[in-house]
Amino acid sequence: MSLLEVRDLKVHFPIRKGILLRRIVGYVQAVDGVSLSVDRGQTYGLVGESGCGKSTVGRAILRLNDITAGEVRLDGTDLAGLSTGAMRRQRHRLQMIFQDPMGSLDPRQNIESILGEGLAAHGMGGSRRERRKTLIDALDAVGLSANALARYPHEFSGGQRQRIGIARALVLQPDVIICDEPVSALDVSVQAQVLNLLEEIQEQTGVAYVVIAHDLAVVRHISDTVGVMYLGHIMEEAAADDLYAEPLHPYTKALMSAIPVPDPEVEAQRERILLTGDLPSPANPPAGCRFSSRCPWAQSTRCHDEIPALIEVRPGHRVACHWVEEIESGEIRPHEVEAEMVPASEIGVEIPTVEPPAVP
Amino acid sequence: MNLPGTATKAAKIDRLAELSVSSSDVRGRSLWLEAFSRLRRSPMAIVGAVIVSAFVIVAVAAPLLAPHDPTAQLWRGDVFPNRSIFVGPRAENPLGLDHAGRDLLSRMLVGARQSLMVGVVATLIGLSVGALIGGVSGAAAGMGRRLGRAVDSVLMRFVDMLLSIPALLIAISVAALLGPSLTTLMIAVGAAQVPIFARLLRGSMLAQSRSDFVTASIALGVRRPKVVVSHVLPNSLGPVLVQGTLTLATAIIEAAALSYLGLGSPDISRPEWGGMLADAQRFLGSAPHMALFPAVAIIITALGFTLLGEAMREALDPKLKK
Repeated sequence: MSLLEVRDLKVHFPIRKGILLRRIVGYVQAVDGVSLSVDRGQTYGLVGESGCGKSTVGRAILRLNDITAGEVRLDGTDLAGLSTGAMRRQRHRLQMIFQDPMGSLDPRQNIESILGEGLAAHGMGGSRRERRKTLIDALDAVGLSANALARYPHEFSGGQRQRIGIARALVLQPDVIICDEPVSALDVSVQAQVLNLLEEIQEQTGVAYVVIAHDLAVVRHISDTVGVMYLGHIMEEAAADDLYAEPLHPYTKALMSAIPVPDPEVEAQRERILLTGDLPSPANPPAGCRFSSRCPWAQSTRCHDEIPALIEVRPGHRVACHWVEEIESGEIRPHEVEAEMVPASEIGVEIPTVEPPAVP
Repeated sequence: MNLPGTATKAAKIDRLAELSVSSSDVRGRSLWLEAFSRLRRSPMAIVGAVIVSAFVIVAVAAPLLAPHDPTAQLWRGDVFPNRSIFVGPRAENPLGLDHAGRDLLSRMLVGARQSLMVGVVATLIGLSVGALIGGVSGAAAGMGRRLGRAVDSVLMRFVDMLLSIPALLIAISVAALLGPSLTTLMIAVGAAQVPIFARLLRGSMLAQSRSDFVTASIALGVRRPKVVVSHVLPNSLGPVLVQGTLTLATAIIEAAALSYLGLGSPDISRPEWGGMLADAQRFLGSAPHMALFPAVAIIITALGFTLLGEAMREALDPKLKK
């Protein structure tokens, strides 16, 4: 039994139309049957392109989105089934680090009240003096001095603000921290510092991370296990090094081939898989395998009518593809996928985006 | 607690020593403070503040400043058959006398008091009732429950209804319903501002409810009502304060308009700029000064509040933050 177990998680957002009655005309299947598990001291990385539902998974684990179906078990307790009040009392065990270090700190509060809010909400931390000491320890853990307490978020740099965000998550000593794009809003030089800080904290406290990112290098650096998401499904899941050394799913192959190699000669010669077309709408996903509409290996049988299950093809390496073995053995060759014209009438419904807000 | 970096005992003691001083030696500058210091450097704000404070001083000290009783007739051998009854500016009466022989300067000064009172009270009525409706609506909608959305919907349809009627028409209806008096005037002008404040605060609160720091608070386990009070509301007040300042200008103009239309206070011992304009209208050809002074006073006062409001808008604008 792992610390955090997500089983068959589904998050469907209703699409409403009309002014008064607000009829439901369809669902955006942002997350459609995702399972993952994380152990104490481990990091699970979720990668995927914009709109694949990775952030929604993170928010659903924290019950910041309504969960349509499935289980989120923390130490055996199913969070999805808890009442709002019971969930609130569990919240100190799960924390979140946000993408936008400015937007996630209330600009009108000083650092002391930002950091102390969680303690106050759970009646933890004891006297005012003890509480303050806890806050200073948390600041210390992220490399900031006690002077920060009386200051306001706008008086810090982006990297410092992200550290404050991390300190806020640490104050409650959670078991799991969901990091939603923890470094994508930061300068590259600061990114490494923050990632190393996260690792250091993990070594000392044994906290488990779920890191959501679109940057493959970031995920590889920090994760023990990586899950690749596409259109609400996990396509492939493996230990980080295995996945990067030997991607098996066609989508992962395409994703990996997009990473530039810092050697111009290799870069010029290496084979790249270019996907055609756009991410299909999660309100109207392709039948069968979600990737079938863009897959260079897609076959006329099974791919378009049968959703592939996530099957362990190598030890610890699970892939959701009907033809993994055949593709690996070279039995099936890639072919061109032609972009299809979709009549405007079929696009119609407006899709609410599930991405984190853009950082100015 | 066993966080990394929790160093040796000595370091802990050092840090405990810091506890007592840390709050006094480093003071952060809050956003309100920053905005205020920007405001102090803005020429627009300075001009606005000068006009507004001059107006407030005049209004408060009117009885001391006024050289004459604003209701006393000061004709002293000035009125003859076949001659105009109007007395223009002269040493004794710098702005001249009105059609009833009363000192215009004194009436202007005392009138400032009425205008200030109507402006401030009407704005307070509009702001408090509007902010109450908007605050409840915004909080209910921001909570995101079914009941909350229903409450929000009902309140907002009511506000939409008010908003669809021209403000002056609301004011006239209220004034007509309650009968003309100074209180009516203030309620009428205030009522017309209610929907604007309600919409503004609700919209601002809804926008803040979706921000990451609100999500972060919820993720920390803070109760929803507390999230609204400590995060959503304080971050939504800026636009309301700006609107409040701008509304002072509108309220003064609208109060003048209502008095002009005869819906102001019938009490002749309390002159009003709007009422003075109404009186002056009949004599516009023979005594234009009677209309000129109150009109200019209304314009300058409104300008002062508008400048101050606009400067506040700029100072509080998050886009201008470093």
